[in-house]
Amino acid sequence: MSTMNFHLRLWKQKSAADKGEFIKIHATEIPSECSFLEMLDIVNNRLTREGKEPVSFASDCREGICGTCHMVINGVPQGPGRGAACQVYMRKFENGQTITVEPFRVGAFPIVKDLVVNRGAYDRIIRSGGFISEHTGGAPDASTSLIPKPVADAAMDAAACIGCGACAAACPNSSPMLFVGAKVTHLGLLPQGQAERKSRARNMVRTMQEEGFGNCSNYYACEAVCPANVPASVIAMLNREYIRGEVSQTVGAID
Amino acid sequence: MILDAKIPEGPIEKKWTSFKNNAKLISPANKRKFKVIVVGTGLAGSSASATLAELGYEVETFCFHDSPRRAHSIAAQGGINAAKNYQNDGDSVWRLFYDTIKGGDFRAREANVYRLAEVSGTIIDQCVSQGVPFAREYGGELTNRSFGGAQVSRTFYAKGQTGQQLLLGAYSALSAQIGLGRVKMHENSEMLDLVLVDGHAKGIVTRDLVTGEIKTHAADTVLLCTGGYSNVYYLSTNARGSNVTATWRAYKRGAAFANPCYTQIHPTCIPVAGEYQSKLTLMSESLRNDGRVWVPKAKGDTRNPRDIPEGERDYYLERKYPSYGNLAPRDIASRSAKEVCDEGRGVGPGGLGVYLDFSAAIARLGEKTIRERYGNLFEMYGNITGENAYERPMRIYPAVHYTMGGLWVDYNLMSTIPGLHVLGEANFSDHGANRLGASALMQGLSDGYFVIPNTLGEYLSTQFGKKVSTDMPEFKKTETEARAFVEKLLAVKGNVPVDEFHRQLGLIIWDECGMARSEAGLKKAIADVRALRERFWKEVAIPGTGAELNQSLERAGRVADFLEFGELMCIDALTREESCGGHFRVEHQTPEGEALRHDDRFAEVYAWMFQGEETAPELVREPLNYEAVHLATRSYK
Repeated sequence: MSTMNFHLRLWKQKSAADKGEFIKIHATEIPSECSFLEMLDIVNNRLTREGKEPVSFASDCREGICGTCHMVINGVPQGPGRGAACQVYMRKFENGQTITVEPFRVGAFPIVKDLVVNRGAYDRIIRSGGFISEHTGGAPDASTSLIPKPVADAAMDAAACIGCGACAAACPNSSPMLFVGAKVTHLGLLPQGQAERKSRARNMVRTMQEEGFGNCSNYYACEAVCPANVPASVIAMLNREYIRGEVSQTVGAID
Repeated sequence: MILDAKIPEGPIEKKWTSFKNNAKLISPANKRKFKVIVVGTGLAGSSASATLAELGYEVETFCFHDSPRRAHSIAAQGGINAAKNYQNDGDSVWRLFYDTIKGGDFRAREANVYRLAEVSGTIIDQCVSQGVPFAREYGGELTNRSFGGAQVSRTFYAKGQTGQQLLLGAYSALSAQIGLGRVKMHENSEMLDLVLVDGHAKGIVTRDLVTGEIKTHAADTVLLCTGGYSNVYYLSTNARGSNVTATWRAYKRGAAFANPCYTQIHPTCIPVAGEYQSKLTLMSESLRNDGRVWVPKAKGDTRNPRDIPEGERDYYLERKYPSYGNLAPRDIASRSAKEVCDEGRGVGPGGLGVYLDFSAAIARLGEKTIRERYGNLFEMYGNITGENAYERPMRIYPAVHYTMGGLWVDYNLMSTIPGLHVLGEANFSDHGANRLGASALMQGLSDGYFVIPNTLGEYLSTQFGKKVSTDMPEFKKTETEARAFVEKLLAVKGNVPVDEFHRQLGLIIWDECGMARSEAGLKKAIADVRALRERFWKEVAIPGTGAELNQSLERAGRVADFLEFGELMCIDALTREESCGGHFRVEHQTPEGEALRHDDRFAEVYAWMFQGEETAPELVREPLNYEAVHLATRSYK
């Protein structure tokens, strides 16, 4: 197995209240087969042996589905290639390359420590409407409603969002509308989601604005970095749903 | 102590109904007076939190993740079983029950398994109503696929991301309740200990992982939904954070730990590549629907797989188990892979791999269909290995994936500590010695959505007028002990990173308590784990303080528990002198090398009770009485 060397610039910041800075680390003899996060593990374990504090970063499943990991690698949220940061492999980099790693820079995601930010705002958006109010029990047989495959597939593509926050981190406006649109599209396409369709879009957009996020102005940066391949068309759907909801409410329509 | 499983009377197909007809109810006016603590937000924890809050209980939910949407249920790929018989292929509740009992090698509790099969269909109904986008046919009907250990197609799926979609469904139900103020959610909160008042579970101690604050929370009952302990092996398909801490600390407070040696080694994972590796990645069992497993017939054949002619390949699962073929259950498929690799016929670096070949399926169905079915898995494989599985067979090898053992629970899902309920993978009850594919999601959601809401009243109805508060001395004392544990870790001030100990523990357990176990090996493992534990408490390095986000400290606490738990696991494996399911004792095998059970001595649950740090645990047995099925030798030939 061959090894590689890298010049790392890693962001260190004790808390949101403290000032942050890049530290420089020469990461030598990194196995070329390892993943980006495994490279950070190696660096952190070396720092620990030297009695220094490792760099905090979040990760859990390490297979790209849980959405825990989040960082900006060489300017790209979640790093080069498709997938979350845990899906980046060192063979994608040049030997000797300088790699800059920093946290998501989004006002609504305050820094916790080093590369870790607080993305609770995304949960609060979901809590304001990203669901179907179906209490447990009493659901009709699953075969009752027929959902054509193209509709089910489109709902699934939107539902694939992993809630990592890369969309807001990539957007010059810090807009999470790919995230919000993904949920509004997923539920809005399905027959089960119709009852709360209009209030859902209105409520989620309102929370999004209260949390301090911006709106979409069609940069498409979110779509370019989304680890789950959520298409930007969900934002168009969100806009439509939102307008329908607002108009209905303004004119006092029952539906 | 006698373990009373509280199994309802009556024939098996009537037990759950008769239980519900006679169960203790808590009236709507009284439900809001009871507070429930739920620890963990995977499928079991989220579904239980949401459902209990909908019913009117006051719920406080805790997870160590930064959001309740991240628990490792999310990574389940293949699907969820349900006895819907939408395919008209002869499925029924009975068949799902029987397949699960047989799949578990007749080491699970009949009544629990039947109930699981019975509610399986309702889970699908519930999920569809929540908007879970299961795969469908062009006409709009739900579609199914097959999984190991079954001869019917009863598995519902959402691409290769079924766990994600089911968890997000439960998360959305939970989110709705949080939004309504009916669930108080505590993220970044790790449970450090369980608080007992008069022997009843009445609260927990948590550490806020961001601020380091340690505090106590009181309730009328506690639900542990904290998953399994696969990470005792260090390398597993579990998420990095998955741990045994909550269940282990409950064990040390008196909850019996049942069958810890029952672990599942999943046959289709990407092989280990090097020491730097932090986790293993599963390739869904659903791939075995269309992939054929083989190795070269000759030892040390290093030719490109495409250059090896058909006649020189050994499709060993199809050869040994013609009726189930590539869909043989997990324990059997894993052991067979180990066998051919031990014979020197493994492929890839180190000879620890077998081929999973899609060329026949691609020729039959076209690449487009295969891409539609498994696209994300092929992509994941390509990303990790740099190889294209459409052109070259995947290389796979077994890896630790799931743990059937867990805290002992009765039919009501209550542990041996009154008031402590345990749901999902964290309990031991439904999978026996081996879990069938697509049954973990079913069990997590069954426990959370449909079982605990019905069984919780049995306990709570005895708890009127027994309110506790965190001001009580029991809470202060447990908090002080939890604090002392954290301080003890920080005081070691060694220079060896936590990961180092974890990796070494994993190697010991994998070698001696993995796919094949022997008396000598297990004894050696017990001694090695003890020695490693001693070194840990002298040499572990934890930079930083306890009053901040400190990931080394988090991991150290979990590894300290694994270092104790690993020993119990080996003790259990040593005591169970038979082979069953995932537990394969080399001394107990048939002439063909299949698992050899000893039903006369071991048709029992082994539950271990903590007796103190320096004292051996006490073994308590629950006999498994099979009334509905006959114990049979499991055959998939």
